[in-house]
Amino acid sequence: MSVKVAQLTKIYGSQRAVDGVSFEIPEGAIVGLLGPNGAGKSTTMKILTGFIPQTSGKAWVHGHDVETNSLEVRRLTGYLPESNPLYLDMYVQEYLHYVSGFYQVNEPSKRVKEMIERTGLGIEQHKKIGQLSKGYRQRVGLAQAMLHDPKVLILDEPTSGLDPNQLVDIRALIKEIGKEKTIILSTHIMQEVEAMCQRVLIINRGQLVANDAVSALQRKVAGAVTVLVEFSEAVQAKQLRSLPGITDARNEGGNNWLVTGDAKTDVRKVLFDFAVRSNLSVLSLNQRENSLEEIFRELTRKK
Amino acid sequence: MLTVFKREISSFLSSLIAYIVIVVFLLVTGLFMWVFPDYSLLDFGYATLDQLFIIGPWVFMFLIPAITMRFFSEEKRTGTIELLFTKPVSDLQIIMGKFLAGFALVAFAVLPTILYAVALWFLADPVGNIDTGGIIGSYIGLLLLGAVFVSIGVFASALTDNQIVAFILGLFLCFFFYSAFDSIKLLDLPVKVQLIIEQLGISAHFYALGKGVLDSRDLVYFGSLIALFVTLTKTVLESRKW
Repeated sequence: MSVKVAQLTKIYGSQRAVDGVSFEIPEGAIVGLLGPNGAGKSTTMKILTGFIPQTSGKAWVHGHDVETNSLEVRRLTGYLPESNPLYLDMYVQEYLHYVSGFYQVNEPSKRVKEMIERTGLGIEQHKKIGQLSKGYRQRVGLAQAMLHDPKVLILDEPTSGLDPNQLVDIRALIKEIGKEKTIILSTHIMQEVEAMCQRVLIINRGQLVANDAVSALQRKVAGAVTVLVEFSEAVQAKQLRSLPGITDARNEGGNNWLVTGDAKTDVRKVLFDFAVRSNLSVLSLNQRENSLEEIFRELTRKK
Repeated sequence: MLTVFKREISSFLSSLIAYIVIVVFLLVTGLFMWVFPDYSLLDFGYATLDQLFIIGPWVFMFLIPAITMRFFSEEKRTGTIELLFTKPVSDLQIIMGKFLAGFALVAFAVLPTILYAVALWFLADPVGNIDTGGIIGSYIGLLLLGAVFVSIGVFASALTDNQIVAFILGLFLCFFFYSAFDSIKLLDLPVKVQLIIEQLGISAHFYALGKGVLDSRDLVYFGSLIALFVTLTKTVLESRKW
């Protein structure tokens, strides 16, 4: 296991920021850490990177305890904190060289050049960090996190505040890096998890409420599949509702119907068979997967 | 440690702080040494560097907290402290890196004043008739005093994320340790207690070194004061873990 967390708890005063969270992350996975603001995402990450200690529980990175073997853990992880703090008065190259000084990096100059290339900082590399736009600063943040070729990357909201183009670029970059490294990234944008992650951990009020593969979660929590269908002739809602496995049918205007079935049923097949039996034609058929966003709302609304 | 040290030094150089500190220190001490009529060596008539070593601590009292005020407060304010403390270095290495960078700048400000000593050598009558031992002792004292002030400044900077607060706090602590004990001892107290109080202050040890006698007690005093403030800084920084 690349990262292992067992019964992790962090108490600030009387508030349980992280409350008995346990999970395991295999090597090479990209995992999304999701949760509303103040759910304990950042706190979990800060504990994993050794910035603050947990109140109780244990966490390991590649078998090293984050509390007792903090320096080794720090060597193995790359960290991009929330809000991406940087020394604005330093030049991009100067900063990356500075960061490389903390690690045993072979041929730092070569490595810095490589990182600048990989993160697409080429044209901005001679500027001061303070002169860069937010998207480029984010790249500097990523570059410094990856500079020493860490085994685990911990990225706290790596895409917040980026414009749509930058968003696509940074996501592609993270996905690319994820081919060889374990990545834990936090976000509250659901599409991001769908776009980048294989697994998702959802935290609400310090507690883990979901730990699943992204695709499994979509099916599991929704428990339903919705299909938008257009028939050539008018049909009755009653007719549709009486079909096996169909739980609901709503008219969406004209001959368009929004049909919901339970998770075990392939609604499309049922509808198609129905149309054939009733001498109808199916003009269009679209399966609508319930978005993670709805799942997220459902999971984090409880309590 | 070296990485932090190098970054602080390059930050001094790129932000002009280094030049301003060195120029101001030399300007103020230079004016008192050679120009201001009431204090000037030329008017005074004695071949000593006393002016430098009297005015030096007071200039340091303002300059050093100004050098050190951003060390931790800026990192706290901008959040870069989170990056720094998740790098594979210990807290003590970070503190020492910053402390040594501050001290290096102080040493560089003091270095050119050796010219004053050289000038004095030639001004003396007969040439070379100066208290070399006392001057060397004073220089060591001034550097140690600078080091103590730097450690105080680093500590003040770790306490707050506001540079102004760090500066004022540093200034106050420097003043307190340098001179306040000399005033406190004037209270109506038994002589024994007065002597003890005097020994707590920096100035007593600074002037003892200025006599040219490198007494181990004075060296231990400066060393322990530095160690005290470095430890306090470490404690303050570790308080994030409480």
